[in-house]
Amino acid sequence: MIDFYLNGQRQQCADISPDTSALELLRVYLGKTGTKEGCASGDCGACTVAVGEPDGSGGLAYHNANACIMPAHQLSGCHVVTVEGLARGDALHPVQAAMVDCHGSQCGFCTPGIIMSLFTLHEGQRHQPAPLTQERLESALGGNLCRCTGYRPIRDAALRMGDYPDTHPTWADDPDLPRNVETLSTDATRMSQSAPEAATGYTAPRDLAALREVRRQQPDARLVAGGTDLWLEVTQQLKSLDEVVDIREVTELNGIEETPHGWWVGAAVTFRRLEPLFTEHYPAFAHLMHRFASSQIRNRATMGGNVANASPIGDTPPVLLALGARLALDGPEGEREIPIDAFFLDYKQTALKAGEFIRAIFLPHLADRQLKVWKLSKRREDDISAVLAAFSWRLDNGVMKDVRLAYGGMAAIPRRALQAEAALEGQSPSRAAFEAARAALRHEFQPLDDVRGSSEYRLVAAANLLERLRLMLEKETSHDNNTTEICLDAYAH
Amino acid sequence: MRTLTELSRDSAHARQEQIGQNKGDGPLARDTESGTSQGSAGHSAAHESAIKHVTGRAAYIDDLPAPADALHVAIGFSPVAHGRLTRLDLDKVRHAPGVIDVITIVDVPGHTDIGPVFPGDPIFVDDEISYLGQSVFAVAATSYKAARLAVRLAVVEIDEQPIQLDPIAAAEAGDVVRPTHVQQSGDWQQALDSAPHVLEREQFVGGQEHFYLEGQACLVTPTEDEGVTVFTSNQHPSETQKLVAEVINVPFHAVTVETRRMGGGFGGKETQASSWACIAALFARRTGRAIRLRLPRAEDTRATGKRHPFHNRYRLGFDNQGVLIGGDITIIGDCGYSPDLSEAIVDRAMFHADNAYSLGDARVTGHRARTNTASNTAFRGFGGPQGMMIIEAAMDDIARHIGEDPLTVRKRNLYRAGRDVTHYGQSVDQHSLILEIIERLEASSDYWKRRKAIIEFNARSPIVKKGLALTPVKFGISFTAKHLNQAGALLHVYTDGSVMINHGGTEMGQGLHTKVCQVVARELGLDLAQVRITATRTDKVPNTSPTAASSGADLNGMAARDAASQIRERLFDFAAEHYAIDREGMMMENGDLVAFNRRIPWGELVQAAYLSRISLSAKGFYSTPLIHYDRNTGKGRPFYYFAHGAAAAEVEVDTLSGEYRLTRVDILHDVGDSLNPAIDMGQVEGGFIQGMGWLTTEELKWNAQGRLLSDGPATYKIPAFGDLPPEFNVELLQGHPNSQASIYRSKAVGEPPFMLGISVWSALCDALASLVDYRQAPRLDTPATPERVLMAAEALRQSPAFAPSVETSDDLA
Repeated sequence: MIDFYLNGQRQQCADISPDTSALELLRVYLGKTGTKEGCASGDCGACTVAVGEPDGSGGLAYHNANACIMPAHQLSGCHVVTVEGLARGDALHPVQAAMVDCHGSQCGFCTPGIIMSLFTLHEGQRHQPAPLTQERLESALGGNLCRCTGYRPIRDAALRMGDYPDTHPTWADDPDLPRNVETLSTDATRMSQSAPEAATGYTAPRDLAALREVRRQQPDARLVAGGTDLWLEVTQQLKSLDEVVDIREVTELNGIEETPHGWWVGAAVTFRRLEPLFTEHYPAFAHLMHRFASSQIRNRATMGGNVANASPIGDTPPVLLALGARLALDGPEGEREIPIDAFFLDYKQTALKAGEFIRAIFLPHLADRQLKVWKLSKRREDDISAVLAAFSWRLDNGVMKDVRLAYGGMAAIPRRALQAEAALEGQSPSRAAFEAARAALRHEFQPLDDVRGSSEYRLVAAANLLERLRLMLEKETSHDNNTTEICLDAYAH
Repeated sequence: MRTLTELSRDSAHARQEQIGQNKGDGPLARDTESGTSQGSAGHSAAHESAIKHVTGRAAYIDDLPAPADALHVAIGFSPVAHGRLTRLDLDKVRHAPGVIDVITIVDVPGHTDIGPVFPGDPIFVDDEISYLGQSVFAVAATSYKAARLAVRLAVVEIDEQPIQLDPIAAAEAGDVVRPTHVQQSGDWQQALDSAPHVLEREQFVGGQEHFYLEGQACLVTPTEDEGVTVFTSNQHPSETQKLVAEVINVPFHAVTVETRRMGGGFGGKETQASSWACIAALFARRTGRAIRLRLPRAEDTRATGKRHPFHNRYRLGFDNQGVLIGGDITIIGDCGYSPDLSEAIVDRAMFHADNAYSLGDARVTGHRARTNTASNTAFRGFGGPQGMMIIEAAMDDIARHIGEDPLTVRKRNLYRAGRDVTHYGQSVDQHSLILEIIERLEASSDYWKRRKAIIEFNARSPIVKKGLALTPVKFGISFTAKHLNQAGALLHVYTDGSVMINHGGTEMGQGLHTKVCQVVARELGLDLAQVRITATRTDKVPNTSPTAASSGADLNGMAARDAASQIRERLFDFAAEHYAIDREGMMMENGDLVAFNRRIPWGELVQAAYLSRISLSAKGFYSTPLIHYDRNTGKGRPFYYFAHGAAAAEVEVDTLSGEYRLTRVDILHDVGDSLNPAIDMGQVEGGFIQGMGWLTTEELKWNAQGRLLSDGPATYKIPAFGDLPPEFNVELLQGHPNSQASIYRSKAVGEPPFMLGISVWSALCDALASLVDYRQAPRLDTPATPERVLMAAEALRQSPAFAPSVETSDDLA
C-alpha cells in the first residue's frame, strides 16, 4: 500500500509493483496528467513534483524531485504537490501568476515542472527569505529544460514571484495536514516492514538489523536510496525489479558524525543534506555540487549510491580518492573497512561481496591539505563529466607532499594518476615537475573515445588541468589571488 | 556589487515597460488600457493557453482520455544502418503477454511509401534497411510496457551492407537524394581571377536534434465509417490526413486530423509526425479500438530526422578593403537516407549563403548527399542557418587577412544601393535597414569601447581570452515551394456574440493562435476574451499548409482577417439597412458598431442579424502575392520580404580547458509592426538561445555502425537555465513597418532570430584569434563544444603566428 497525501487529499494505492515510478502512479493510476514525461531519465525536469516531508518542527518542508525516476513507493508518508494543486480556484499561486505575466510559457510542456521547481523555491523563500542570486536560481532551475523561451522570462518570473500576494493553495488551509503527514510517515514506515507489504516486493527496513536481515533473506534484491540511477534500468532498459530494498529509512545509514579525524557520512544521506558540511569544510566539493546533476537529483541521490554505482564518470569518486576516503562495508559476513582506493576493481565492478552494502563513507578532515575539483563537460549544469579531476596536496616548506591526483572519465574506473603523483611528490611546484607529471598522464591513461569526448581531448584536458593547478600555485606563491586571467570563475574555484 | 536579483529585477521591469510602451498599454500583459479593444493585434496579450499551461490543464496528446480498451503501440526498429532484411520472425512477439496485433509492410492495404514531397520513405522496411532506427514492424498491446517488451522478442536477420556516413564521399560519388542545384550571377571565375585577394576555407556545421519536450505522439480512434480520427502532435495536419487516408486506403474525407497544441515542434513535426499516425491508424482499423502511440525519448531521437549537418566550402575574391568581388561557394547537405524536405532545405541554405552581404559575381552550388542516417528534416531556419555559416566564416577570415575588425568588414559587404541584387536575382529592398540595425546595435552595445577593453584584457591575460562579435541576419520569408503560400480560416459568430476562429495553422508554443485571435478582435473591434480558438482540424479548414517557414501568422493571420472583414462588411450592410443609418464611416470599436451618433452593441447587432437571416459565418482565404522562382535558371523572387536582426555577443574562453561563458548579449530585431511584442520577444530570445545551443553544446554523435549515441538529454545537451547570459538586452526595432503589405505590416519572427546565435560562434572565434594576435581565424567547426574550442586553441598555439601574452609560460607553446 502506498499511502500518501496528494495536493492535500489522502491517497491509498494498493498492489503497486515495486518498479512503478511516481510519475506512472500519478499519470496512469491516479489520472493526474498535469505532470509530464519528457525523457523518463531525470534529465529534463518536465515531471518535477514537490515532495513535502515533516520538517521536524511541526511543518512540512518541500523539495523538488523527478517523478519519472522516483520509486512510487517512496511517496508513502509524503505530501506530494503537483501543478494541479497550486491554484486556489481561479486565483493563481504567485509562481503561476508570475509565469503568466512574464510570458514564461510558450509550448507549455516543460511548464508544470518549472512551476513546481519555482514553487519549492518560493516555499524556501517564505520560510527563509534570501537574495535570489544567479547561483541560487541556477541551483533551483538547472534541472528544468525549456526548449522554447531561452529561460529569460522564467528568470524574470522567479525574480518577481515574491511581489505577488502570497495566496495559499486550498490544502494549506488544513492546519492538520502536517501532523497527518507525519503520522502517516511513521505508519508508512511501520507498515512497509509488515509481512503483507513484503509480498509486493518493496521493503523499507527501519534499522540496520532489519536491513541485514532482509539482505540475508533477499540477497538478490536491488538496493535503492534515491533511485536516480537504478530507475533508469526500469525506464530505459525496461527491466523488471521484483524485489527492491529501500534503505532511505535506515537510521544508522542516515547519520553525519564527526570524529577527531573526519566525518562518517551514512550511505543514505542525500547530497542536499551534505551541502552545509561541504560548504564549510570542503569548498571545492561544494562548488562541484552546483554542477552535480540537478536540484531534483541532489534532493534524492546519495553519496553512497554514487560510489556503489561505480561509474567511471561518477562525480564524487575522484574527489573521495583525492581525499583518501574510507568505506565502511556491512553484510552477512560482518563489517569491514576499506580505503576507497581498494573499492573500484574494474568497469562497474566493486569490492562489494554478495549481500554486502556500503554503510558509511569516511571523509578525512582536510587539515593542512588543499583540494581542487574541476569538472569538464559540454554543458555547465546537469551534465556528466567528460573528465573530472580532483587534486589534493599539502605544501610543506614550498614542497608538495601527499599529492593525490584522481581522475574520472580517463579509465574504466575512477583512478588516481600514480605516476603523475610521483612526479610531483616532494617537488616544488615548478614547471619542470609539472611538465613531468603531465607527460606521465599519457603513460598511465588510455581513455576512450565516446559521446562525451575523444581520447585525445581527454588526455590534453587532463594534462591542462594540471597546468591550471601549477598556474594557481604560482599565483598563490606570488600572493596574487586574482585568478580571473587563468580560469573562469564559473568553472574553477 | 549588486546581486543579480537587483540587476534583473530592474531589467525585468524595464522589459515589461518597454513591451507595454511599444503600443502604449500598461506594464502587464493583461492590463491593456481602455480606448482600444483589449488584447487586439499589436498588444502584448498573454499566450492564449498561458493559464492552462501553468495550472496543468493544457492537454497534450498523452493526456487525452481514451476508452479503457485503448491499445498501446511500440515500434520494432532496425538495429543496423544498412542491409537487406532476410528474415523477420514475429511469432514470439505475437504470443507475448498483452499483445493484440502485430503488423509489417504486408499488412498495409494502401500506399506503403509516405514520402511527403518525393517518394522514398517506406512506412515499414520492405527489403532494404536504410538507417538504424527505421521502422520494421509494430506491435499493439494492452499496455505501453507490454508493447515495448514484446518488440524485443522479434527475430530479425539482416544481410548487412557497408554503410555511408560521410556526405562528402556520397556527394563525390553522386549518391544524392535529389539533383544538384546551382545559382549563379555574373562571371564568378573571372571575379576570382581578377581579385587582389583570394581566400578559401572548409567548414563542418553540425546538425541538431529538435528536442521538442513532448515527443512524437498520437491517439487514433476508428470512426463509424471506414475512416479514423487522428489526434496528433503535428505541424501539418493536412498532410497527415492525406497520408493516413492513402495508407489505410480510404478517401481523404474519411480521415479527420486534429491538433490542439504541440509540446514543441521546431520543424520536427512537419513531416515526421505522419508515419506514427499512419501506423496507429492501421491498428485502429484492424482492431476497431482506440490506439495510443508515443515514442520513448531515445527511440524518438534515433528514428526521426534532425537539422541537416552541412559541409561547406568557399573560395572568394575580395579587394583591399575586404569587399567581396565574387567567387564560388559549395554546400553539401547531409540529407540522411531519403529526400524528405531536403530539396527545399538545401535550396534555402543556398538562398542564405549570402546572409546580408552582396557576394558579387558568384556561383553557389548545393548538393544533397545520401547517408545511412534518419532522413534529415525541417528545423527552424530550414537550411538557412547552415548556409549563413559559410559566409560568416568568410567575413571573419577576410577581416583577419586584411587586419580589420570583423564588424568593419561585415559592414563594408552589406547589400547597398548598386549592390542590392542577390545571387538568385531578388533585389533587397530594405538594404538600408540592415545597416541601420547594425549601427544602432553598435552604439547601444558599446561595441568599440568594449572591443578596445577586450584587446587590452587579452594582451595581459595568459589563459582566459575574451571575444566579441556582432553579426547580422537577413532571412527570406515565404515557402520556396510556391503552392504552400496559401491559407484558410473559418470564422463563426454565435448568437450570444461570442466568436470562434479556426485556421490551418498549428500552435506549437509560438503564440500563433494568440496572434490570430488578436487579428480577429481587431477587425471586429472586440475584446480578445470574446474570440476563441479551438483545435486545428482538417474538417474545419481543409487543404492547409504546414505551420512552418515562419509563415504561420503571415498566412493564417491574413486568412482570418479576410474572414473577419467579410463578417464586418456584411454586418455593416445589414446595419445600414436594418437601422437605416449611413454605411459610410461605420466602425467596429470597443464592442460596438459605431456610426456617427449611434452605437449598437455587438450582441444586439448579432442578434438582429441572426433574426434577419444574415449568415454569421465566413471562410477566409489568402495567398501570398508576387513570389516566383525558376529552378531551371536559378533566378526569381522566392521571398515576399526579408526579416532582419543583429546580435552582439561577448564570451570569455579558458583556452587551457576549452570552457567558456557567454557574458553579454545585445539584440536588435526587426519584426516590422509587431502583432504582439511580448510573443515576438519570446521568439527572439528563445530563437537566439536555441541557435546558440546548435552552435555550442548540442552535439550529435554516431558510432561507426551508424548508431546515434547522443540519443537523449543525458548525452545531448540543449541550453540549460545557467546558459542564459547574465546580461541579455533584447529590443524589437521600432518604427519600421514591413515594406510589403503583410498582416498589419508585421514580419515573421519564428525562424530569423535563430541565426542571431551565430554571433556566439563568431565571438568564440574572436577570443581564439587573440592567441595569434588576430592574424588568423581559427578553424572552429560546430558545435563548438569545449572540446572543439580547446583543440582549436591547441592548434593555434602550434601556429607560427602564436603570440603568447606576457605572462604565458612558454611550455604551452
